[in-house]
Amino acid sequence: MLWVCWTANCNKEILGGETMKVVNQSIPKVDGLGLVMGKPTYTEDIIPKNALVVKVLRSPYAFARIKSIDASEALKLPGVECAFTYKDVPKVPFTRAGQAYPEPSMYDKFILDEYVRHIGDDVAIVATVDEVSAEKALKLIKVEYEVFEPVLDFEKAEGHKSVIHSGDKIECKVDVGLEADKNIAAKVDIAMGDVDKVLDDCEVVIRRRYYTQATHQTMLESFRSAAYIDERGRLVIIDSTQIPFHVRRFLARAFQIPANKIRVIKPRIGGGFGAKQTANSEFYTALVTLKTGKPSRIIYSTEEVFEAGSPRHAMRFDVTIGADRNGKIRAIDLEGLSDTGAYGEHAYSVFLQAGMKSLNLYNKVEAARFKGKVVYTNHTPSGAFRGYGATQGIYAVESAVNELAHELNISPIDIRKMNMIRQGEAAIKFNFNGIKSTAPTEIVESCALDYCIDRGKELIGWDEKYPRKVIDKNRVRGIGMAIGRQGSGIANVDMGSATINLCDDGSFTLLVGATDLGTGSDTILSQICAEGLGVSFDKINIVSSDTDITPFDGGAYASSTTYVTGNAVKKAAEKMRRLIEEEGARNLGTDVDKVEFDGEFIRVKGYDKAISLEELATKLMYSQKQLVASDSYVCHKSPPPYMAGFAEVEVDLETGKVDVINFAAVLDVGTVVNPNLARTQAEGGIVQGIGMALFEDVKIDSRGKMITNNLMNYKIPTRKDIGNIIVEFAESYEPTGPFGAKSIGEVVVNTCSPAIQDAIYNAAGIRVRDLPMTPEKILRELKSKTR
Amino acid sequence: MLMINDYIRPKSTREAYELLTNRENSQVIGGGAFLRLSSKDIDLIIDLCDLDLNFIKETDTAVEIGAMTTFREIEKSDILKKYFGNLISDSVREIVGVQFKNYVTVGGSIYPKYGFSDLITALLALECKVVLYKSGEMRLEDYLKEKIDGKDILIKIVLAKESTLSSYKSLRKSAGDFSILNVAVTKNKNGYKVAVGARPEAAMLAYETAEFLNSNSSVNEDIALKAAEICCESLSFGSNYLASSEYRKELCRVLVKRAIMEVVK
Amino acid sequence: MKAIVNINNQDRELIFEPHEYLLDVLRRYGFLSVRRGCDTTSCSVCTILVDGKPVHSCSYLAARAEGHKITTVEGVEEEARKIAKLLMDEGVDQCGYCSPGFVMTLIGLKNENENPSDEEILDYFMGNLCRCSGYVGQLTAIKKYLGVKR
Repeated sequence: MLWVCWTANCNKEILGGETMKVVNQSIPKVDGLGLVMGKPTYTEDIIPKNALVVKVLRSPYAFARIKSIDASEALKLPGVECAFTYKDVPKVPFTRAGQAYPEPSMYDKFILDEYVRHIGDDVAIVATVDEVSAEKALKLIKVEYEVFEPVLDFEKAEGHKSVIHSGDKIECKVDVGLEADKNIAAKVDIAMGDVDKVLDDCEVVIRRRYYTQATHQTMLESFRSAAYIDERGRLVIIDSTQIPFHVRRFLARAFQIPANKIRVIKPRIGGGFGAKQTANSEFYTALVTLKTGKPSRIIYSTEEVFEAGSPRHAMRFDVTIGADRNGKIRAIDLEGLSDTGAYGEHAYSVFLQAGMKSLNLYNKVEAARFKGKVVYTNHTPSGAFRGYGATQGIYAVESAVNELAHELNISPIDIRKMNMIRQGEAAIKFNFNGIKSTAPTEIVESCALDYCIDRGKELIGWDEKYPRKVIDKNRVRGIGMAIGRQGSGIANVDMGSATINLCDDGSFTLLVGATDLGTGSDTILSQICAEGLGVSFDKINIVSSDTDITPFDGGAYASSTTYVTGNAVKKAAEKMRRLIEEEGARNLGTDVDKVEFDGEFIRVKGYDKAISLEELATKLMYSQKQLVASDSYVCHKSPPPYMAGFAEVEVDLETGKVDVINFAAVLDVGTVVNPNLARTQAEGGIVQGIGMALFEDVKIDSRGKMITNNLMNYKIPTRKDIGNIIVEFAESYEPTGPFGAKSIGEVVVNTCSPAIQDAIYNAAGIRVRDLPMTPEKILRELKSKTR
Repeated sequence: MLMINDYIRPKSTREAYELLTNRENSQVIGGGAFLRLSSKDIDLIIDLCDLDLNFIKETDTAVEIGAMTTFREIEKSDILKKYFGNLISDSVREIVGVQFKNYVTVGGSIYPKYGFSDLITALLALECKVVLYKSGEMRLEDYLKEKIDGKDILIKIVLAKESTLSSYKSLRKSAGDFSILNVAVTKNKNGYKVAVGARPEAAMLAYETAEFLNSNSSVNEDIALKAAEICCESLSFGSNYLASSEYRKELCRVLVKRAIMEVVK
Repeated sequence: MKAIVNINNQDRELIFEPHEYLLDVLRRYGFLSVRRGCDTTSCSVCTILVDGKPVHSCSYLAARAEGHKITTVEGVEEEARKIAKLLMDEGVDQCGYCSPGFVMTLIGLKNENENPSDEEILDYFMGNLCRCSGYVGQLTAIKKYLGVKR
């Protein structure tokens, strides 16, 4: 089935002054047709024939030691190929956190361990010929546990008598403040100025405490992977992952084999949102295939995804804000506690972002501080989820700023405008652990928050509706807002690369390691490539995420793909243009400065002499040379995308039920590479944000068992739960971004909870300060208010 | 993982009953939704789909609904709307989604007396009888209270044809979720009925509440509120992951009051 | 067990175990558009049509399919392509995992009600979860497909 290409029908001028032919166009996704028509392109569809079914026996206890484990009965069952316990696997600790090496995450996970640290932790691995015998085999493994008292309250984890990790068995390549004997996984202490001194001097000081819950990414395709040994004896993993290159490194370390003997291929995947930024199932299939030489596969059940996945870090924040009566914020003191669960993937980094990103919304304070600890508990290990700490931190800070506004009787809009960061200003430079920072001052070169707020105000109807409208004696509507941001890649850490090959028909193959998890990065990187080359979109054929074929990329996280990989693609495209001009000139018998390439022809300037790209390509291939252009990009700053979110809610005063009526958001993402895809990212992120604010309740029983471990009990918003969502983009241009683009992937989640919380307050005069804001919690506050 | 040894479609209800009682670890399948959630070994699944139990029909005195009728069919039924207004369609409208309702059956929900059931609450507020193969015909309220002897098969339900004013109210945290509490209030020539379900236990009739309403010649908002107060004091509520008993009690007061007011309007 | 099941207008003899659901049997017979999204009948990713009505294939025992007409995306290519283009025009095809279930549900809606209101559409699709798209563009695509006049 041929996909007849859609070509740009208008050139767009963007804020930076360039005229775009392909970028800033709503080009349909390159894989869209195949995906919607159900083409078999996901991991489960391309599992090798006769792959062994791998299943994991999981711990029924939140914290225990395996006293004895015996898989001999399981091994006798017909169809069972092998079974592994902690005694049968390498004892090397590693981290599963998808981060650049050296990872600021604890190496505290083993393929299998003598200790189990959360309900759902892996105890044993079996591989059999089919599902039925695999289920039976699990039941035949005999395990005796020595059960310990689990640590289930993160506020009581530090110094708990149950110590979850043995300090001498784990390590961290980066000093993140690990104190295993106290269940402390990491510590953060960043500051600018003297917060205590400034607070003492402030006319108004408010202090509030907020809690966020461990929401689940809930992508519809669970964790899964397949493994096989190829004809050269190399381990090949087909993986539903966001981090193919990191997975390759983890497996090399865990199994003590060279990384170049491993290949990781990411096919189409059914979403991730950060869940797949932590390696998970690959260890099991790799183990089975390495030991048996046979292909193997594992597909997680929903329960496994919830209990053995990597949800958002639950956090507690104490926010202290000091201001003058006129609304000028002078100091913000943020103290946090984060629950990393049983293992420390992403513990430090997520927590750091919670403070760094939220505080830098208010760069003009005289002093700011973020301190706190990340603790181990016997909960499911937390990990990366869209927003990555910034979501939690911004919820706390923005909620507090809203509360400050009410305290001062100043509009929440005015207080933002008085204090928020603006284009051309410097971000706060924090000192870490008392050591003065030597990093260069970061100037924000693109920030359209002003416009985002003004336009968002219009879209929600702020002036007519603020603060509330009574519908009838039981129902009131209210409006609230918040601003938010994220980053674009991790400065000086995230690296992406791209290689472009010219094909003999004048088209191009674009090779990128970057991972498309359904977001459409394959499409937008192709757009950037086409724009950089000056050719039409249909000339680009993209191949992505195969560690053998595509150049290195950290993966899909930190909102890095558009900005970091996009820049690499643009640089490679520019190199290829120069090569085309050089070769074109040579083939035309002239010098390179005498020719120009218009996307179709290399022409000699001022003369009627040209060669088409197609003809040049054919000539080069038969038989001169293969043109290849490759480049990389490491970002030296992380230019924040910004967002203003406005919520209108209706509160039923008798039941506490809150309905979202409208949610308007205006985003500054720099140049919008693909307006349709960007708008959809925003809509999707807002719905996730609404879910976190109102619906996604996490319930864990007294033993540590997750009750909300499937989609029946853990409720993500349906299309009837979201009201009317309106998204627009500001005109903005980031000079360091590819054609002015920044990023969009994560910022989209970050304004919902604080905006909705204030909307509820404006409607009903009460605040729930722990998420989600369920009807029962709302009613409880309403009742205590009237008493 | 669910394991089933055998699957049979009997050609008569008698055959179905014999299979059910003769083979120990056997079970009748309704929609199969809750079977899907279970992880057990079943010897025999008995499928009633060939027994023509998928019907909604009128007799002189009643409307009969066969046990294999799906939720979607009762939701869309004009016959049910004609006599009972939106009570039954409202009760099933917010359940999961259309796909689910296209296979979940009336019999499969009523027979196991599920606490979370929305349909049972609505039917309880009507003059509803269940007809079982062996135990025969009995009022739904008696079926819910009594333990029947051994296994049986629900064949159909019979709803007395009475012109009925009705209101169904429930609160869910999000669309498609289980009800935290559900309420059905009806009024026909015999008076009021008030049923409250998902307490989280199965629905019960609130007799005192109905008596109180019946004792008033006209019902206004004050009376409705008083009735609701009586209701939440007369029933018991429990806590689960969805909500606490205190919240359910509060909801009972609010939903019963609102349902009565809707009936009275 | 064996059963003759009409799949996409073709009678097929299916061989399966009594405990198997139609989802897994269809996949085994090569209908890979049908996939699993959850374990609790909550997401509708696995939706197929049984006699023209949308049903969760993950909860429908294969044994029950005998004598019924099953439709998957593979059997409605032309309509699926139309719907695909409309979804792509909105940019809501995203990860695509929920798409085949979405397509079958839309065809089910078309079979039942050719001119639904927004509320009726949202009700019909209530059980179709999507974590990527935020649902907004999907509604636009549905209305365009049905040619909804209001």
